[in-house]
Amino acid sequence: MNRIFSQRRDRLLTYQAMREGRITAGTRTPCPACGKESSGLDWSRSLQVCPHCGFHCPMGAYYRLSTILDPGSFQELEEKLAPADPLSFPDYPEKLAGLEQSTGLKDAAVGAVGKIEEHRAVFVVMDSRFLMGSMSTAVGEKVTRCVEYAGKKKLPLIIFSASGGARMQEGIFSLMQMAKTAAAIQRFQSRGGLYISCLTHPTTGGVTASFASLGDIMLAEPGALIGFAGPRVIEQTIGEKLPEGFQRAEYLLDHGFLDEIVTRDQWRAVLARLLALHERG
Amino acid sequence: MASRYTPEEKVKLARDPGRPGTADFIEHLFTDFFEQRGDRLCREDGSILGGIARFHGRPVTVIGHRKGKTLEENLRCNFGMPGPEGYRKAQRLMRQAEKFGRPIFTFVDTPGAYPGKEAEERGQGEAIAQCLALMSTLEVPVISVITGEGNSGGALALAVANRVLMLEHAVYAVLSPEGFASILWKDSARSGEACGVMKLTAQDLRRSGIVQGVLREPEGGAHTDWEATYRTVDAALRKELAALDKHRGSLAQQRYQLFRAMGQGLSPAGKEEP
Repeated sequence: MNRIFSQRRDRLLTYQAMREGRITAGTRTPCPACGKESSGLDWSRSLQVCPHCGFHCPMGAYYRLSTILDPGSFQELEEKLAPADPLSFPDYPEKLAGLEQSTGLKDAAVGAVGKIEEHRAVFVVMDSRFLMGSMSTAVGEKVTRCVEYAGKKKLPLIIFSASGGARMQEGIFSLMQMAKTAAAIQRFQSRGGLYISCLTHPTTGGVTASFASLGDIMLAEPGALIGFAGPRVIEQTIGEKLPEGFQRAEYLLDHGFLDEIVTRDQWRAVLARLLALHERG
Repeated sequence: MASRYTPEEKVKLARDPGRPGTADFIEHLFTDFFEQRGDRLCREDGSILGGIARFHGRPVTVIGHRKGKTLEENLRCNFGMPGPEGYRKAQRLMRQAEKFGRPIFTFVDTPGAYPGKEAEERGQGEAIAQCLALMSTLEVPVISVITGEGNSGGALALAVANRVLMLEHAVYAVLSPEGFASILWKDSARSGEACGVMKLTAQDLRRSGIVQGVLREPEGGAHTDWEATYRTVDAALRKELAALDKHRGSLAQQRYQLFRAMGQGLSPAGKEEP
């Protein structure tokens, strides 16, 4: 029994290392999707995309930004914004403190202003290591402030979503972030702002049902699970198994909810092109 | 307003099938109701009931979740759990209300948006997101009443209002207590415990500023005396509408600010710029 737990812990630690892009070259790590092993070197070369099956492993927010932005252009926005405990939920502050310690993140989103091939933009990147990237009041507030900042500075807005949905520990306050962020995006867009929404694995619940679905341009990583209700809840409700590929990015593309699927090594190129197409005068 | 009921008892009361629902409120508070159906894209979703009506003589738009009273009605209305078509119908009605300058009343009573295969296929998340975005822009007065249970984005999608009111024993939450317990503790049987920590009662939500008014129910709950409930809701809607009418021209801004402020004061760090 102990051996199973320690194996499981080792695997979780390896995934965490993968998300942060700090796997040592020699370690051989199995893909969470297909189970085939690749060396740390191959994982980093592919930006944490499985060399065998192409599974896009979730990646940490700072690491993702480092793979997208022009070197040296990164400036963090609202980095001091920290989560609160509006429901005085049992053990929640301890949980937040522990996660801050282990991930270095204050909450599940990082805001930044930076450049892609010299095009300046505002970025928000969600990080699923922090309570599944769930939307706390602090996440909602950070998204909103970054949207407002982009509006004020007349910069395009690019959001990489990854979220399990609402932050249960913040209850109704989490729910209200959906209205707040959707309204902020709407206002930004109505004043001519460009918003590119990039959906990564997984994006579900309240994030899908608010700012993540409102992009002028909708993009997603291959294989990303994107939906409102999670597949388990749907299967329980309808009492049948869901077909292969249900709620995956390719499925959403087929059903008219995405403009394009972008592989991880192509983000820079695709975003640079879109930013250039929207450049004024 | 101190409460004699525990949060768990309130959840039961809020779900009582004997409470007046959207169809009842429309029938008794409004006249000349003309139901509008369909999203003009795909299908008619009976779990959202809406249309044009008169409120004390004045044309308004009313929209609400419909659960149905009999099993047959329940099935036709999918137990008040809308799909994307319902939310797109709501958007269509709201755009029309805006065009013709009609105030909008919404009645919220839903276990949540429907977690179904076709609902996902047709963009449940997108439909709700568009509702939220649209409601934030409306220049007409919008007043919402949470009459029973208001769960998840499925409830919020009709509740981005200038004034959100709740019946005394209604509940409003991020998710059903069962879903909440199942996600947090992997055990939906702990829903009673969830009710206690979720702060989902009208009194809790009034205190934290999520809703702006609590409407007293008759002794024993809304289901014991429908007439008294209608009188209370009618008086509240008249009063709120009269107040909002004075602020025509700044209602979209007022609504934006109301939701912009939600949770803003909670985060310790202030605004900063690089």
